[in-house]
Amino acid sequence: MRGARSAKWVASAIVVAFAATACGSDGDDSGGDASGGDSAGIVRVDGGEPQNPLIPSDTTEQYGALVMDNVFSKLLDFDDEGEIYMVAAESVEPNEDASVWTVKLKEGWTFHDGTDVTAQHYVNAWNWAAHIDNNQSTSFWFADIAGYADVHPEEGEEPTAEEMSGLSVVDDLTFEIELTNPVSYFDYKLGYTPFTPLPDSFYDDPEAFSQAPIGQGPYAFEEWNHNESIKLRTYEDYAGENKPVNGGVDIIAYTGLDAAYQDLLSDNLDVIRQVDPKDLPVYETDLGDRAVTQPYNGIQTIVPVKYGDWGDVDPKVLQGLSMAIDRETITSTVLNGSRTPADSFAPPGVLGYQEGASGDITTYDPERARELVEEGGGVPNNEVVVQFNADGGHQEWVDAVCNNLIANLDIECRSDVKPDFDTDLEARDANEVEGFYRGGWLADYPLNVNFMSELYHSRASTNYGRFDNEEVDQLFDEGNQAASLEETVAAYQEAEQVLWETMPAIPLWFQNINAGYSNNVENVSFDTSGQPLLTEITVK
Amino acid sequence: MGRYVVRRLLQMIPVFIGATFIIFMMMYALPGDPIRALWGERAPDEAQMAAMKADLGLDQPILKQYWDYLTGLVQGDFGTQIASRREVIDVITDALPATVRLTLLAFLFTACIGIAMGLAAGLRAGGKTDRVILFITLLLTSVPVFVIGYLYQTYFGVRWGWVSPNVQDSENWGQLLLPAIVLASLSLAYVARLTRTSVAENRRSDYMRTARAKGLSPSRAVRVHLLRNSMIPVITFLGVDLGNLFAGAIVTEGIFNIHGIGRAVYTALNSREGATVVGIVSFIILIYLVVTLIVDLLYAVLDPRIRYA
Repeated sequence: MRGARSAKWVASAIVVAFAATACGSDGDDSGGDASGGDSAGIVRVDGGEPQNPLIPSDTTEQYGALVMDNVFSKLLDFDDEGEIYMVAAESVEPNEDASVWTVKLKEGWTFHDGTDVTAQHYVNAWNWAAHIDNNQSTSFWFADIAGYADVHPEEGEEPTAEEMSGLSVVDDLTFEIELTNPVSYFDYKLGYTPFTPLPDSFYDDPEAFSQAPIGQGPYAFEEWNHNESIKLRTYEDYAGENKPVNGGVDIIAYTGLDAAYQDLLSDNLDVIRQVDPKDLPVYETDLGDRAVTQPYNGIQTIVPVKYGDWGDVDPKVLQGLSMAIDRETITSTVLNGSRTPADSFAPPGVLGYQEGASGDITTYDPERARELVEEGGGVPNNEVVVQFNADGGHQEWVDAVCNNLIANLDIECRSDVKPDFDTDLEARDANEVEGFYRGGWLADYPLNVNFMSELYHSRASTNYGRFDNEEVDQLFDEGNQAASLEETVAAYQEAEQVLWETMPAIPLWFQNINAGYSNNVENVSFDTSGQPLLTEITVK
Repeated sequence: MGRYVVRRLLQMIPVFIGATFIIFMMMYALPGDPIRALWGERAPDEAQMAAMKADLGLDQPILKQYWDYLTGLVQGDFGTQIASRREVIDVITDALPATVRLTLLAFLFTACIGIAMGLAAGLRAGGKTDRVILFITLLLTSVPVFVIGYLYQTYFGVRWGWVSPNVQDSENWGQLLLPAIVLASLSLAYVARLTRTSVAENRRSDYMRTARAKGLSPSRAVRVHLLRNSMIPVITFLGVDLGNLFAGAIVTEGIFNIHGIGRAVYTALNSREGATVVGIVSFIILIYLVVTLIVDLLYAVLDPRIRYA
């Protein structure tokens, strides 16, 4: 009895301790509420430790991009239909054959250190980023620009120039970009993170800059507590139209999506960019109208490799496999609505998306599927093998797809699980995939070109399936050489029709954002690359 | 005693070199290339990749790489991370304080509550208290730590709002309370059981009877004689456990969003950051070695019959 009583004391001591700390955190919150509805409020967004140093041309993943895209303003950006609008640029105009592009900057822009932004800043930054000695992982983005090969030669050669000959400053606010080959959609590429200017102070000490970047965007960088938070504050002299309506952003580093979700539920976090798969079934009930579900430009496919048994398989077999997959059911049950069934090789948010481009090839029809597979001569070895990485949460849907194939086509289907993404990529690089691999692609820029030429052109380096079709190549090349954007898009749309006949991959579904926000904020929306529009968020 | 300590310290050197060597080789043997990973799904730029490798010395033969690493380590240079280009030592010192605080707090729970529970049970071995404590410890050892973690987080943190469900500021002891309890719960049960067995056994020993016979009060006999003699197996466990708490908090750190050592080594392993993994693991090995040394020395303090020459 005495023991039990003392246990009660321990329990109540813990309760008291809990209550004490709870009071503490409540106090903090009410401080924010008291100032409510104003432009000084801080928005807390979930994030993580950026993988790379904070330099625009060295940022390739989402955590770094969330910081970079708010500390820097791009020349131009994209709306939900993939149309361009200007941000830091007044205009971006091609010449007649789209081989020379003239960029005019808006007046009055300044870096966060107070210096003016000029055309020279852009040119210097791009030259620096493209140079091989500076080890920037996005340097290939500048490959279209004339003189790139001089600063970034092939392996084993030394650079012969310090600057790309294709970049020339016309006046303080104008510069020209000369390309090696005409690219009718070059302005789309300019919407990517590395195409930003760097202030003069950057070159004194790039390493120090990467820990405390100075941009010209809506938010000035304030503080980076590694693994804890990155603080951005509204830049008062921001010249752009999207001036923040809040006082700043704290990007909180989370170890996992579930931890962030728990904090969102208790209003310790304001915006969550992706709900953990395990919380997907409940998040709409948990959050009510504070749940956000919207598409973004990403696609998931399974890709047959052409160097093994699947080399000379009739595309009809692949069409059959595609029709044997019940996309509707899998996306709504296994994936809990986090994906939308695909009906095209490019997602709806990109320019050039054709609704229902697949015809009926993505429609679930087991009977027709069996017919097609038979007409095509059957599945090689009667077996489908899908390779995927175990660290990305793909197991469930791969199993579901496999079950569809087994049930509808009477074939074997198994998965080849690689422990992580690195190992998965290594097998793809080395042409060691057994049958299919899981392909995923997120838009670099919202144009159908990006979802096709990089993946299915015979010379594209990301074409791990080693798909090689002359007609497709030719249509892609035509599109690339076209003088106007419309012609390019049209050529790629035509190419897409051929893709559905040749089946370089089986598109499965498009990505959705499953996000949410707390009771402290309003007006939360996301762009088509899946990032929150931080400047528009109001704090209550 | 002094010579014993020196000998033990010298023994640490080959252990340390051997361990770093093995881990270094294992990292090298893992599939996947950290530089290649910088490009993700996209095919890498070969020329840039070669330039980066040359810059970081990753194009050298593996033994040369290890030698360079080891000589750097001796001079206090832990190397640089590949993707973030941060000094590994910065990464370690960033993650360390959170883990140290969490470990200390959890250790405190384990030692105090565990020993108290064990003592209470051992003194009334076979009684009601004993059975209740047996039941509690059984429950704690059988439920996986992530179940306890999520349960506590959901109820104490989200539903009832007593504590913040996650650690946003690792310097806030209040926020660390819940994860520390979760982390401690398993070891706590072990400690309670070990103490109970030891106490129950020693309670009937000759020296206890002598102590009572010479007129010591029951509480003093328990404190000075019984507890001290029963602590030897418990101290051994606690010593090893301190090391475990340090390195094994990955799950707890993940649930409660603590950016500690466990988390750091996990992410480094996933992104194939060899220097970081070797650095952190070597560090953990050092802690293990030092803690076992301290435990061995503590034996002599607890039991004067044990002597080290």
